Amino acid sequence: MEKRVTFKGWLLPLCLIAPQVLISAVFFFYPAGQAVWQSLFIPDPFGLSSQFVGLGNFEYLLGDPYYRASFVTTAVFSTLVTLASMIPALFLAVMADRLVKSAGTYRTLLIWPYAVAPAIAGVLWMFMFNTRVGVVSWYLGQLGYDWNHVLNGTEAMGLVVAASAWGRISYNFLFFFAALQAVPRSIIEAAAIDGARFWRRFFTIVLPLLSPTTFFLLVVNIVYAFFETFGVIHTITAGGPQQSTTILVYKVFSDGFVSQDLGSSAAQSVILLVVVGLLTVLQFKYIEKRVHY
Amino acid sequence: MATVTFDNIKKRFGPTEVIKGVSLDVADGEFIVIVGPSGCGKSTLLRMVAGLETITEGELRIGNRRANDLEPMDRDIAMVFQNYALYPHMSVAQNMGYGLRIAGLPKAEIAAKVQDAAKLLQLTELLDRKPRQLSGGQRQRVAMGRAIVRAPSVFLFDEPLSNLDAKLRVQMRLEIRELQAKLGITSLYVTHDQVEAMTMADRMIVMNAGRAEQIGTPLDVYERPATLFAAQFIGSPSMNVLEGEGREGALWLGAARLPNPTGHRGPVMLGLRPEHLVPDPEGPIAMQVQLAEPLGANTLLHGKLETGQGFTASLPGVHTVAHGGEILRLGIKPENMHLFDRATGLRLG
Repeated sequence: MEKRVTFKGWLLPLCLIAPQVLISAVFFFYPAGQAVWQSLFIPDPFGLSSQFVGLGNFEYLLGDPYYRASFVTTAVFSTLVTLASMIPALFLAVMADRLVKSAGTYRTLLIWPYAVAPAIAGVLWMFMFNTRVGVVSWYLGQLGYDWNHVLNGTEAMGLVVAASAWGRISYNFLFFFAALQAVPRSIIEAAAIDGARFWRRFFTIVLPLLSPTTFFLLVVNIVYAFFETFGVIHTITAGGPQQSTTILVYKVFSDGFVSQDLGSSAAQSVILLVVVGLLTVLQFKYIEKRVHY
Repeated sequence: MATVTFDNIKKRFGPTEVIKGVSLDVADGEFIVIVGPSGCGKSTLLRMVAGLETITEGELRIGNRRANDLEPMDRDIAMVFQNYALYPHMSVAQNMGYGLRIAGLPKAEIAAKVQDAAKLLQLTELLDRKPRQLSGGQRQRVAMGRAIVRAPSVFLFDEPLSNLDAKLRVQMRLEIRELQAKLGITSLYVTHDQVEAMTMADRMIVMNAGRAEQIGTPLDVYERPATLFAAQFIGSPSMNVLEGEGREGALWLGAARLPNPTGHRGPVMLGLRPEHLVPDPEGPIAMQVQLAEPLGANTLLHGKLETGQGFTASLPGVHTVAHGGEILRLGIKPENMHLFDRATGLRLG
């Protein structure tokens, strides 16, 4: 049952797709093209002229240990953010789905954090864990743990992961909850009669049925961790200490706008574009096969 | 294999009582059909046996064991759902073997049992398919297979045929009945289709508004309906019900004089099955025929009586009527007249 609109002529369809094409061209193709073009040049320190270097920027980057470290940081960061935002979200959704009474209240409250902008969430977490005035770091101090994410790279990573994942849990919760509600009751009941207890049912029946949603969220969350966590990192750690939280996107920013090395920054964004493209292709190719629609 | 006993089972959702006390003894191997219009509580009753709904009051025993507080898995039952409830991500074989896998049986044993059940249901060719690659009838069979594999004491069927087309329904009806007879497993079968109830049941429960109107064999219910509701629900086309007045030696329908089979006096409801009416020039019932529906083997005549009330008769063979109100005189044997109390709807005599 495919519904297809057929147009006579080409003027109307052209007008209909024009806005989308125009927006993509202005905000995506043009800047992307500029980035590719710029990545072939090195500007002088005053930004007055630039010199063509071919693939020189790329060569330099691949030989740069800081840049390679940033790759590892990004991999660790995005894996942790994805897991830390999806697993609690799924757990909360399963629990909310079990409720009969006041499910609506819990649902609403669980969605609230999503309304907080990343930069504000970052500031919030920064104050809570501030080494001098932070509530949480004070309690940790009482327990004998000396929290200092300004000096300790692992703690800094933990903090940006928590701050980035926190708001995201709400978003994931929403999708998981909707997907859980869509699982037919009778299938769950059939499994119950077949002798499967709650968690067994969850892992053998419910989770496989959620796989389209899980797959979708996996892609969306990885993209989120790659790009949209900039605000959180910028407010909490600014990539430090010692670049321990400098993910690829943050490095594009700090090299380009702080250090004014626009050529290298452009080259990095080109690499980032390729990496994300590859990741998405890989995900669709290998994970989608195991997804039951 | 087991008996099932309902002892004054009740179900309340908040203040609303949806099952108002049902008592029944189901013998070992018996096929019980629970039939009634939608909203009568028949599915709720079945789900209480399955353990999917709690029992508010009364006692349920499966195989002489109190089952009120047992988990569904501990009741030794299997259920076939209206929408089949197959696990969409599993193959037919995995669907059928799921319960056994949960029970922790060795793989070889599961495979053997699944094979046996598949052979019984002619599913052997389809074992590797996913549910979405099956037709409605095949899915139905897989759902049956999943129930059979576990060799439960009781089968529960929740309107299993209502998603199938008419022809397949008739065929599956026979298959289910044959299978149940072969396996000898006690079965409870919920349906809203009175033909299914009549053809499949050893005994049936006619439910209405949370009450069992009548419990009996299909012929019992047809020949001696205990209430007006049971009388009208069972039988197709449905029974004509008319207001009558019982007097000495006769029953009056307006000006028409019929025999009085019970001798009851006073206002009554009289039930006459359309197929029990016979053309009789001396007959007491005068029907003005407005429409004829020839079905081949018989003809349904719709019209009205002198009192203006709608009336249906089913006569054997082909009957043609001229347009516009031919008067047909009909008679009926006294033993085919059903009398009910006008206030309570209970059978008289």
